[in-house]
Amino acid sequence: MTVELAKHRELGLTDSEFELIVEKLGREPNDVELAMFSLLWSEHCAYKHSRKLLRRLPTEGERVVMGPGENAGAVDIGNGYAIAFKVESHNHPSAVEPFQGAATGVGGILRDVFAIGARPIAILDSLRFGELDSVRSRHLLDGAVRGIGHYGNSIGVPNVGGEIYFEAPYEHNCLVNAMCLGIAKQADMVRAAAAGIGNVVVLMGASTGRDGIGGASVLASAELGEGDEAKRPTVQIGDPFEESKVLECCLELLEKGLLVSLQDLGAAGLTSSAGEMASAGGVGIDLDVARVPLREADMEPFEIMVSESQERMLAVVEPDKVAAVLAVCEKWQTGSAEIGVVTDSGQIRILREGDLVGEMPVEALVDGCPLYDLEPAEPQGWMYRNRATLAGNASSEETLLALLASPSIASKRWAFEQYDSVVGSRTVRRPESADAAVLQIPEAGNAIAVSIDGNGRRVACDPYAGTIEAVLECAQNLACVGAEPLGLTNCLNFGNPEKPAPAWQLDQAVSGLADACEQLGVPVVGGNVSLYNEGPEGPIYPTPVVGMVGELPDPAHTCGSAFLREGEVVALLGPFEPSLAGSELAKLRGELEVGLPRSDVTAVTAACATVRDAVRAGKLSSAHDVSDGGLACALAESAIARGVGCRVDLQPLRERGCSPEEALFGEGPGGFLLSGDREALIALGATLIGETGGSTIEVAAGDRSFTVGVGTAESAWQSLSDQAEAGV
Amino acid sequence: MRWGVLQFPGSCDERDALAACGRTGAEARLIWHEERDLDGIDAVVVPGGFSYGDYLRAGAIARFSPAMEAVGEFAAAGGPVLGICNGFQVLCEAGLLPGALLLNESMRFSCRQVDLIAGDGERLSIPAKHGEGRYYAPDEVLDGLEANGQVAYRYAPGQNPNGSARDIAGVRNEAGNVVGLMPHPEHAVDPLTGSTDGLRVFEAAAAAGAA
Repeated sequence: MTVELAKHRELGLTDSEFELIVEKLGREPNDVELAMFSLLWSEHCAYKHSRKLLRRLPTEGERVVMGPGENAGAVDIGNGYAIAFKVESHNHPSAVEPFQGAATGVGGILRDVFAIGARPIAILDSLRFGELDSVRSRHLLDGAVRGIGHYGNSIGVPNVGGEIYFEAPYEHNCLVNAMCLGIAKQADMVRAAAAGIGNVVVLMGASTGRDGIGGASVLASAELGEGDEAKRPTVQIGDPFEESKVLECCLELLEKGLLVSLQDLGAAGLTSSAGEMASAGGVGIDLDVARVPLREADMEPFEIMVSESQERMLAVVEPDKVAAVLAVCEKWQTGSAEIGVVTDSGQIRILREGDLVGEMPVEALVDGCPLYDLEPAEPQGWMYRNRATLAGNASSEETLLALLASPSIASKRWAFEQYDSVVGSRTVRRPESADAAVLQIPEAGNAIAVSIDGNGRRVACDPYAGTIEAVLECAQNLACVGAEPLGLTNCLNFGNPEKPAPAWQLDQAVSGLADACEQLGVPVVGGNVSLYNEGPEGPIYPTPVVGMVGELPDPAHTCGSAFLREGEVVALLGPFEPSLAGSELAKLRGELEVGLPRSDVTAVTAACATVRDAVRAGKLSSAHDVSDGGLACALAESAIARGVGCRVDLQPLRERGCSPEEALFGEGPGGFLLSGDREALIALGATLIGETGGSTIEVAAGDRSFTVGVGTAESAWQSLSDQAEAGV
Repeated sequence: MRWGVLQFPGSCDERDALAACGRTGAEARLIWHEERDLDGIDAVVVPGGFSYGDYLRAGAIARFSPAMEAVGEFAAAGGPVLGICNGFQVLCEAGLLPGALLLNESMRFSCRQVDLIAGDGERLSIPAKHGEGRYYAPDEVLDGLEANGQVAYRYAPGQNPNGSARDIAGVRNEAGNVVGLMPHPEHAVDPLTGSTDGLRVFEAAAAAGAA
C-alpha cells in the first residue's frame, strides 16, 4: 500500500482521489489502470477545478452547430456550411522546449478541427513571453515562432493573425495558445461519440512511441519549477508531413461516409480518446495494445495507452467498411490498424494479445473524477512587480516613441512574416492590414472575420472588467472589418487554482466572460483551460484569451486600419473614456496598481453596430480600434501603414474630462479611430478630430501637444526584429 | 487548353494552382504522384508545398516520383512545365532547370508580397513564401543564363527576400518550355486577395510551350 501511495502521488493523484479509484474499482488499480486514471483525472483532462465555473458561460445561439464538448465548436455560415473553430494552449511544453512545444500545439488544434470533418483554413496564435531584455524570453520567442511557422507552413494552412505580449510574469511560464478555423459541409460533420456494438476501432496515422508520456499530468497539471529540463522527454515531437497525410485521409474518409465517428489523440493519447468516445456514446471499448503499431517493440501496455505521440486519429468503423477505410489510408501512405471493438460492457478493457491487462468502468474513468470548489480570496493590492523603464517627465514625443517601440505594441511583422498567410486563396486581409483577419468563403458566398485577444495585464488589474474588455476588443476588431460576431472560443490561462489569489482571478474572469457574452449575445462554442501557470516568482498574469469569429456578407466590402489618402477627415466614435489605469504607459512608468474603470457593454455594442454598418456600406476609408498605447498609438499605426500623416486636435476628449495625457495615451474599450468623408462621418455621429495628410503626426493636446515624423514613428514601431534578435 | 497539376503527399498549394489555371480560362485537373499518364494534358504545373515532407532536401524525393518521370518525358517533347516554389525546387533537383535553391539568407521562412520584373520588363506583384528560396548557380552558369535570356523573373531592386544570386526569382530551360520561380503566381489571381498579376505567369508559361 505504501508503495502504491508513493506511485499515485508521483502521477499527480491525491490520496483521496486514489481512495476513490479503489472504491470505484472495488480493488486497487494495477499499473496500467493507475496510469490511465492519473491522466484522465488530471486537471488538464478532467477540468476538476474549472468545470463548475464554466457552467456559467452561455453556449446556445441560433447559429451554433456544435457547442462545447465536441472536438471543436462550429457555427452556421450559410448554404449548408459551418465554420469550426477552437483555441487551445500548449504552454508548459513550449516553456520546456519552445520549437516542438509550439509546433505540436498547432498540430493538436488542427486535429481537433479536422476531427469533426472540417478542412482547416486558418491558424491564429496568441503568445506571451517575459520581457525581451531577457535571454530566456528571446529564446522562447524565437523557438515558438519557428515552431508555429514550421508546422503551419508545412501543412499548408495559413496563419492569418495573432498577438504577442511581453510581460515579466510570463518570464518562466510562457503562453502558447493556437487557434484553428475550418470549413465543413454540415452534412459531412461527425461527432466523437462511439456507437454500434461490434463496430471496429481503427487507429490511423503515426506509430506510437515513448514521446510525451505523462504530458497531461506531469507537465500540464503542475507548476513549472526547478529541473524542467528533465521534463523534455515529456514534450511531443511533431511531424507535419504525417499530419498532412492523416488530414487528407480523414477528410476523404468522411466525404465517402466511411466513418461512424472520429477523434484525435491529444493529451493522454489513446486513454483519453478511447475513454471519451466510449463515454460520449454510452458504450464500452476493448483495445488490444499488441495491435498498436509501435516505434519501439518493447513498450509496456501502460506506455502504449498514455503515449502522446502526435499525428494519430481514432475512428469507429462498421465492419463491412473496414477494408475500404484501410484502402484510403494506404492511398495516403498513412498507418492504420484495427486495434479494438465497440462493446456493450460499459467498460474500457485493455488487452495484450487477448490477455486482459486492465479493466475500468468508462463512467469512473472519464466522468468519475471529483470536481473541486475553488477557495478564492482577493489579493491585497498589486501582487506583481513594477519596473519603471520610462522617466515620469518624458516628453510626449519620447513617450509615443517608447510606446511604439514597446514590444507588446510594436509591429509583429518579424513574427508573422515567418508564417504563410496566403495559402488557401481565402486571405482578403493579411496580418496588420486590418484589425481582424478576413477570409473569403466562396462556398457560402460570403466571408468571415476572426480576431484573438486578451491583455493579461489589464485582467490582472481587474479580472472581471479586464475579461469583459478582452471580449469587447474582439467585437470591436470584428466591427472594424464589417463583421458581426457569430461565436467565440476561449483559452483560460491562469495560475495554480489551489491557491486563493489565482482562484479568485479565475472566478472573476469567468464571470466577466459570461456577462460580456450574455450582453453581446455571442455564444461560447468551445474552449480550453490551462492552469498551474506559475514560475518561481509566482503566477502569470491571469490571461483569458478570446477568439471570436464573425460573418460579413461581402468580402469586397471590408475595411483596413491604414489612412488611405491625404485630405480625409479623422474622427473618433464610441463610448471611449480613456484612463491610464492598466495602460502600457502605466507599465513603462512602473505605476501599475489594481483597478480598472468598468465598461458600458451596451454602449460599446451599439458603437460596434454603427461601425460595422458603415464599413459594409463602404462609407469609411479606415477603421481602427483604439487599444494598447491609446489614441496616440492608434493614430501612429494608421499613419505608418501607408505613410499618410495626420493633424488632429484632442480637445473633444478633454471636454469629456480627460487630461491631455489620458487623451493621448489612456486606454479603455469603446473607441474607434475612423477616417473618410466628412459628411459620412458626421452622419455616423462621430466626433471629428482632424484630417489626414503630410508626413508628420501632429497632435494638439494642450501642454502635451507634439509633432513626430511618420518615418520616425515607423522606425520605433518596426524595432521588434532588432529586439528579438539581439545577441543572435 | 488543359493543365495538369501534380499532387504529392505534402503538397500545399495544388488546389490553389488548380483554381488559378481555371481563372486563365483553361481546364485543369490534379495528377496524383503515382500517375504516369499525361494524355490530354497540354501544360503541367509542379506546385508548391513540402513534397513527401521535404525532410531530406527540398524536392529531393519528389523528383523520383512516377509523375515526375512522366513530366521529364513531357518536357523533353517540348511540353510547357511551370514549377512554383517547391515545384521549382523539384525541377532543379530533376535537372530540368539549372541551379539550386538554398536556405534563405535570413535562415528563416519569409512570407511577403514582392514585385517581380518579367523578362519583357513587366512589373508583377506576387507573394513569395519559402524558407529555401535563395537561388544559386556558379557564376559561369549565371552568366550563361543571362546571355541566353533564361532569367525569367527577377526581384525588383531592394525586394530580394532571400539573398538570391543576381536577384533571380525564376529561370527557364534553354528550350524555354520549362519555367520555375519561387514566388507564387497562383496566389495572385484574385483582386480580393491582393493582385491578379499571377495570371500573366500562367499565360506566359502556356505560351512558351506552344511556341
